[in-house]
Amino acid sequence: MSFWNPADLGFAVRSKLSDLGRGARLFWRLLSDLGGLRRFSLVRDQVHFLGNYSLAIIAVSGLFVGFVMGLQYFYGLQRYGATESVGVLISLSLLREFGPVITALLFAGRAGTSLTAEIGLMKAGEQLSAMEMMAVDPVKRVLAPRFWGGVIAMPMLSAVFCAVGILGGWVVCVPLLGIDAGAFWSQMQNGTDVFRDLGNGVIKSIVFGFTVTFVALLQGFEAQPTPEGVSRATTRTVVVASLAVLALDFLLTAMMFSI
Amino acid sequence: MQRSNNDIWVGLFVLIGAAALLFLALQSANLLSLNFQKTYSVTARFDNIGGLKPQTAVKSAGVVVGRVESITFNDKLFQADVTLALQNRYSFPKDSSLKILTSGLLGEQYIGIEAGAEEKNLQAGDTVTSTQSAVVLENLISQFLFSKAADGTPNASNAGAAPGTPNKK
Repeated sequence: MSFWNPADLGFAVRSKLSDLGRGARLFWRLLSDLGGLRRFSLVRDQVHFLGNYSLAIIAVSGLFVGFVMGLQYFYGLQRYGATESVGVLISLSLLREFGPVITALLFAGRAGTSLTAEIGLMKAGEQLSAMEMMAVDPVKRVLAPRFWGGVIAMPMLSAVFCAVGILGGWVVCVPLLGIDAGAFWSQMQNGTDVFRDLGNGVIKSIVFGFTVTFVALLQGFEAQPTPEGVSRATTRTVVVASLAVLALDFLLTAMMFSI
Repeated sequence: MQRSNNDIWVGLFVLIGAAALLFLALQSANLLSLNFQKTYSVTARFDNIGGLKPQTAVKSAGVVVGRVESITFNDKLFQADVTLALQNRYSFPKDSSLKILTSGLLGEQYIGIEAGAEEKNLQAGDTVTSTQSAVVLENLISQFLFSKAADGTPNASNAGAAPGTPNKK
């Protein structure tokens, strides 16, 4: 297919546009289906699958990110004799950026892929069509509980990531590198604002929860119903979700912290 | 059986998430220091506020007694109107004076209140005019240089003294 041929170009543009339209329509159907929350046992099972099972990888990653940040900031600030400020730097960078972003990337890899593969295989096995035959809406019965489960789980995971990261930074800075514990905490508490830093970080993580879960579900729902198609859709989930999270993060940061 | 098990685990997960948020709010963002106490606002006129920003601390004897609420420019007097929100439980005499101070050599600026001697206290809406502006380093340096120059001209040995410099500033 060559893009110099007007017919091919038109076909590509039209198919992209219709992809976009289908995606937007699915997003709207998921959003407007707050009734999905009414069947709470379904949502609860998804929170269990997406949230509880991701807890270990999120907590361990947070711990190591905190360790590394403690070491790097200590090294950088040592030459200015400002090593007490490591605490505030760790807490600000975790709450504002790293917590939501790294959690979203890990969540896309850990939970998003499994969502895509599950939905894609359901489609390939014609389970979704079978549901439609029985007058059960697969978007309401299958997709919506997964969507809300992911949206609920993501902010919690991000909060756990930040908390464990700060504890990890404390472990490296206070007992290992010998920064005074009082200065570490008091600088952190003076420099971190509940609404501006923590609140905006939570908003970010909620937005990323919507993004990652929706991308995963859309890729699964629109996958070619073949083994190859499902595998491609799973790969696309990670790529598209990661890029979307990073781009959205830039936009959100520019909006929230520009002043 | 399966269901109740899931319930417990999801409940635990939510609990861990809430605990993490609580930890962040209390330990790192220090929610407890947020004041939801009532405040009264007092306006102060400064010639120069330096790098003062809204939300800066107002301290008396080193203790935080309020925050800077807003800073506007008064184009009648060509001064800065700084609105302070002082906590209701503290009251200060009417003739208290305000200074813009700096914590440490390179630290951030704050407003210090020095209590006066008058019987009456500052009320909401009062204006404080006995203020001392922020120290602007450039002015300080130029003052220093001029006074050096004034001292040095008779000897003519001071390198900083330009020949044309007037004796009096």
